Amino acid sequence: MLIETKNLTKRFGGLAAVNNVDFMIEKGGINAIIGPNGAGKSTFFNLISGFHRPSSGTVLFKGIDITKLRANEIAGLGISRTFQTTSLFDQSTVLDNVIVGHRLRTKSNLMDAILRTKRLKREEAACRDKAMEVLDIVGLTKSADRMVSSISQEEKKRTAIALALATEPEIIFLDEPAAGINPDETEGLTELIKKLNQSGLTVCLIEHKMHMIMNLADHIMVLNYGEKIAEGTPKEIRGNEAVIKAYLGGSASA
Amino acid sequence: MKILTKRNGLIALIILAFSFPFIAQNDYYLHILTLSFIWAIAVYGINLLSGYTGYLSLAHAGFFAIGAYSLGLLTVKTGMNFWLALVGACLITCAIGFLIGLIALRTKEHFFAIYTLCVGYIIYLVIDKWEGLTEGVRGLIGIPAPGNIGPITFETAASQYYLVLIFLLAVILIVYRIIRSLTGRTYMAIRNSEDLAQTIGISTMKNKLTAFVLSTFFAGLAGALYASFIRFIGPDIGSTSIMFDLLMYLLVGGIGTLSGPLVGTLLLVILSQNLQFLQEYRMLIFGPLLTLIIIFYPRGITGAVFDWQSKRKGKKMSGVRKEFPIKAEEG
Repeated sequence: MLIETKNLTKRFGGLAAVNNVDFMIEKGGINAIIGPNGAGKSTFFNLISGFHRPSSGTVLFKGIDITKLRANEIAGLGISRTFQTTSLFDQSTVLDNVIVGHRLRTKSNLMDAILRTKRLKREEAACRDKAMEVLDIVGLTKSADRMVSSISQEEKKRTAIALALATEPEIIFLDEPAAGINPDETEGLTELIKKLNQSGLTVCLIEHKMHMIMNLADHIMVLNYGEKIAEGTPKEIRGNEAVIKAYLGGSASA
Repeated sequence: MKILTKRNGLIALIILAFSFPFIAQNDYYLHILTLSFIWAIAVYGINLLSGYTGYLSLAHAGFFAIGAYSLGLLTVKTGMNFWLALVGACLITCAIGFLIGLIALRTKEHFFAIYTLCVGYIIYLVIDKWEGLTEGVRGLIGIPAPGNIGPITFETAASQYYLVLIFLLAVILIVYRIIRSLTGRTYMAIRNSEDLAQTIGISTMKNKLTAFVLSTFFAGLAGALYASFIRFIGPDIGSTSIMFDLLMYLLVGGIGTLSGPLVGTLLLVILSQNLQFLQEYRMLIFGPLLTLIIIFYPRGITGAVFDWQSKRKGKKMSGVRKEFPIKAEEG
């Protein structure tokens, strides 16, 4: 089991944003977390990636407890994520944005920088190579030298994924990768996620576009008011009463 | 072969800087330039933290004063050799910087600015009130000029100018290397988004603290050089108004750019010397100037020139892609 959460709970004041969630992610699959707005999906991601400390419960990565690790330490283990709103540096090129993604696998420090040591030069070359490699994977080789401010929303999403890939993760968490982009582009992004998965990367994503999820995921968890209300294959989820009720019964929109 | 390349321009500037003592008609100009180089070193320190790492510190006049007083006290009260005292002053500044950074860096954005503003003021107060150590408002008199290195003495204005110039060039080289390296990229990633930086595995606290201590090192170095250049220091060098002068140099020159601190400092120090006859009314010129620059050119004069250049370049080579032109940040 790659990732396992046990009784994971996060309370903000009196509100339980994530309540007693047990979830398992097997190596190699494409997992999805869905649910109405405010269901606690992003909070769930934040708990796994170390941005929030859980109120109770544990997160295991390959059987090791990572609940108390900091976000950067969790990234170092091989867990990577993207954000709902991509926070790239606009006044820099796509390549420059991605190069720093490989920083965690390098060792050169301030003295290396001041003395311009061999180690620094070697590691800079490694970071650049890695950046070009991941830009190639996400299909942005041609845009490498363009300013981030001048590329499309979809390309920004791809850049953010490239940045996450540059950390050499075993599992990648994508927070609404297809939000705000058109159906054609969504199709392209779906292909990319499939491709990443086929190359051996485990994927877990939050998404509101049901059509995309049903095509893509092989395992789905549904959250509502912070609680897990269903879990299973797309087919099982589609026919699940509780899920239909959560989406159609309430005022929340999908 | 192009003659007007960046490299040749840089060499010409350095030659000009080295030949300036021969061109200058009197020591006054040399004095002004030496002084602005010293301020520029401090501004480079602020820029590394505020410009590249994204943490606006308002405590650096305080660190400047710590550097100055450390050198002053070590040389005057313990009679230590100048060069040893210079190293000592930098180390003391870094040590205090480390301790303050540990606490200050737990805050962010406005809170960090306000917190460091208070720290700067406390440093000023300590220097002002601790008469037993610092002589308080009477100031510290009789600080020796830089000690001889073999046959080289630093008694004349020209030799002091060269000494400070060499320190400035070394500081610029160090900053240049840092911002072009992976370490610099790390700092800029933190400036861009601390959350994202953490997600890609960067230990933000460690890196912020390194940047903070290094920036206090430059401020302390500048302070120490100032003390031995002016030979007299009072608590006022740590005052808030000095801090805002330094900040103004940085903002006008260009925050987050390599040449910004030097451009801004030289321009404003020289301008303010030439406007001496206006006395306090000089601020009537500086105020609007600063406001306009911040509104229209948030990255100062250097940033404006760079934007203009990249726009021109963009038009020229639209559609053509160069092979791997890796740039970290412009100069």
